[in-house]
Amino acid sequence: MTAPSTNTAKPATGIPALFKTAFINALVALVLFSLMVGIRTEAGSDGQLTYWTRFGELASLVGIVFGGSIVMELLRQWIGPTGTEKLVPPAIRSGMSFVGRYLAPALLIFTLLVPVIFYNQRYILDLAILVLTYVMLGWGLNVVVGLAGLLDLGYVAFYAVGAYSYALLATNFGWSFWVCLPLAGILAAFWGVLLGFPVLRLRGDYLAIVTLAFGEIIRLVIINWQSLTGGPNGVSGIPRPTFFGIPLDNSDDGLAAKLGIEYSSTHRIIFLFYLILALALLTNWVTIRLRRLPIGRAWEALREDEVACRALGINTTTTKLTAFATGAMFGGFAGAFFATRQGFISPESFTFQESALVLAIVVLGGMGSQLGVALAALAMIGGFELFRGLEGYRMLVFGMAMVLIMIWRPRGLIGHRAPTVYLTKAQAISSDLVKEGHG
Amino acid sequence: MSGDKTGDKILGVDRLTMRFGGIVAVQDLSFAAERTKITALIGPNGAGKTTVFNCITGFYKPTGGTIRLTHDDGRVIALERLNDFRIAKQAKVARTFQNIRLFPGMTALENLMVAQHNALMRASGFTLLGLVGAPVYRDAEKHAIDLATDWLRRVNLLDRADDAAGNLAYGDQRRLEIARAMCTEPALLCLDEPAAGLNARESAALSELLLSIRNDGTSILLIEHDMSVVMEISDHIVVMDHGVKIAQGTPREVRDDPKVIAAYLGTDEEEAAAVMEGGT
Ligand SMILES: Nc1ncnc2c1ncn2[C@@H]1O[C@H](COP(=O)(O)OP(=O)(O)OP(=O)(O)O)[C@@H](O)[C@H]1O
Ligand SMILES: [Mg+2]
Repeated sequence: MTAPSTNTAKPATGIPALFKTAFINALVALVLFSLMVGIRTEAGSDGQLTYWTRFGELASLVGIVFGGSIVMELLRQWIGPTGTEKLVPPAIRSGMSFVGRYLAPALLIFTLLVPVIFYNQRYILDLAILVLTYVMLGWGLNVVVGLAGLLDLGYVAFYAVGAYSYALLATNFGWSFWVCLPLAGILAAFWGVLLGFPVLRLRGDYLAIVTLAFGEIIRLVIINWQSLTGGPNGVSGIPRPTFFGIPLDNSDDGLAAKLGIEYSSTHRIIFLFYLILALALLTNWVTIRLRRLPIGRAWEALREDEVACRALGINTTTTKLTAFATGAMFGGFAGAFFATRQGFISPESFTFQESALVLAIVVLGGMGSQLGVALAALAMIGGFELFRGLEGYRMLVFGMAMVLIMIWRPRGLIGHRAPTVYLTKAQAISSDLVKEGHG
Repeated sequence: MSGDKTGDKILGVDRLTMRFGGIVAVQDLSFAAERTKITALIGPNGAGKTTVFNCITGFYKPTGGTIRLTHDDGRVIALERLNDFRIAKQAKVARTFQNIRLFPGMTALENLMVAQHNALMRASGFTLLGLVGAPVYRDAEKHAIDLATDWLRRVNLLDRADDAAGNLAYGDQRRLEIARAMCTEPALLCLDEPAAGLNARESAALSELLLSIRNDGTSILLIEHDMSVVMEISDHIVVMDHGVKIAQGTPREVRDDPKVIAAYLGTDEEEAAAVMEGGT
């Protein structure tokens, strides 16, 4: 077997096994749907039970499951993880690595030019700001989940702390955005440490559940602490950011008037765009730097093997806490930005769904990969908008797309890991070796 | 003999007891390890050797007894009172594991860099100086890379420096784990079955490596089943069975001790003695 063959990785399953799986799935569907769909019951006019059968619908559903199983199984075998490497010819692969090398700079230049290219398209600019917000959140959570391997399902809590910190400090004391921004980060980091302490001993699923609870607790506190947070009504009238003290409005001392140009509401959008871009790039820069410092290496080592870390004299407690605090701080920055952009915040913006979305971005992007997370945020948020036309089916299509991507690339879009230091040559480390972390 | 501390006691274990519920894994065990010597801890499977290691390196809190480590400068540290990472950090005791515990997704070089965490952490001003790229930190990192390179050379893995640790062959992983422990610059190195799974040539190379580590002034505590390695390099041997010490002495003394033979053969003492006499 010297010649490269596309069939070498084919699993032992043949056509009979394929049909067997499909048959079993169809059977399960039949059992499930016969009661849910096959027989329809309703309370009649006198309260008596009336029912009628819908065997046609039942048959078509079971048929869909049967056919769908076969299609899924075939897809799994053809584009599955074992097949991909071999299916791609070397020429294309080297081309892909070329693309890989220049993708990040190209993406950055394009992002910088977005406000120029789409100057008059408010919708695109708003969407770009949203994508960048999630890029930043993804990068922040990546420190905790991707590097330190701590599964955090309550990341939205820090986003909320950041948003409310800015909103309350700005509305109550009239402090400017640039004073509140670091404070929001510090407060969020503080809450990160506070969350970190009780969960230090927990690992894996247990950690995930407690962080999930923490996210909900923060939201419930915000809802119920009416006197401070305004409860379900939220905080409104949050000051817009200023260009270092110069407001971006059409007043006489607004930026437009000072520069002697005509005022346009787009100015503020563009300012917000570059603001979130700068914040996201700061997150990225700090993370890349931290990875090459002892603390970042300790995070990754913690993900790989906590016991070995302790045997090497690494204080795993403070290492975990710094990971939580760093991730939370970036979440807090993003929250402060969110508050100033919206001008109004309420607990509804900080539900578990946000945590799940950010976590999905990190997982889809490839845990630990900065570029992967950025691409995933673009795909998730942008894709979500793309499917807007499908209305009711949007979630369905979206879910299917995610399932397919995870079958194709189980370790995310960019699964391999780049070493932080090298003697002769930096070589990417295959995702099979890199641990996901269990606590 | 002013500066030479060879032969001093570096580790003193006194009446160490470790219980897990009803099981007594180690009972009233006392022994000492001498400075810049290789002390071997041997015994049949389940004798409690790894448990002793876990007590010394802080992974278990002993039920009873004391463990004293005496440093070069005369400082005495009570290991049973320090917990986990402090033993490696403050008492300078490093260890390897019976089941290799490397960081498989990190390169060999990165593994050795992680081992120098505490020194690098101080140099990076607890991250702040490092973040701004201060020259102090850059020098320290260069020094750390040099130390790691030295150790990669000594364990013959220099050409694999940039490969993921998980991709190395089994024997290479064992040697890398020793190099990683040495990068913490320990006073006492504890090795749990370093020759397990190695072939004869690799075992011989391991013996040589351990002797060179000892000759450079690091004391070694060694658990090993491979008797060719133990008999060749040990200065002192402690034999355990069922959690208690049954013999100790030089390799020669231990080899001829009927109690040791009995423990390994799983018979009682007199029978073993009879077997020995009949055999010779
Ligand atoms: N955490 C634990 N909980 C309960 N029992 C334990 C624990 N650790 C060790 N033991 C028991 O203590 C005894 C000694 O085990 P230990 O691992 O120390 O033996 P060992 O001498 O290292 O053996 P081997 O040569 O097989 O590695 C065994 O009976 C083991 O089952
Ligand atoms: Mg053992």
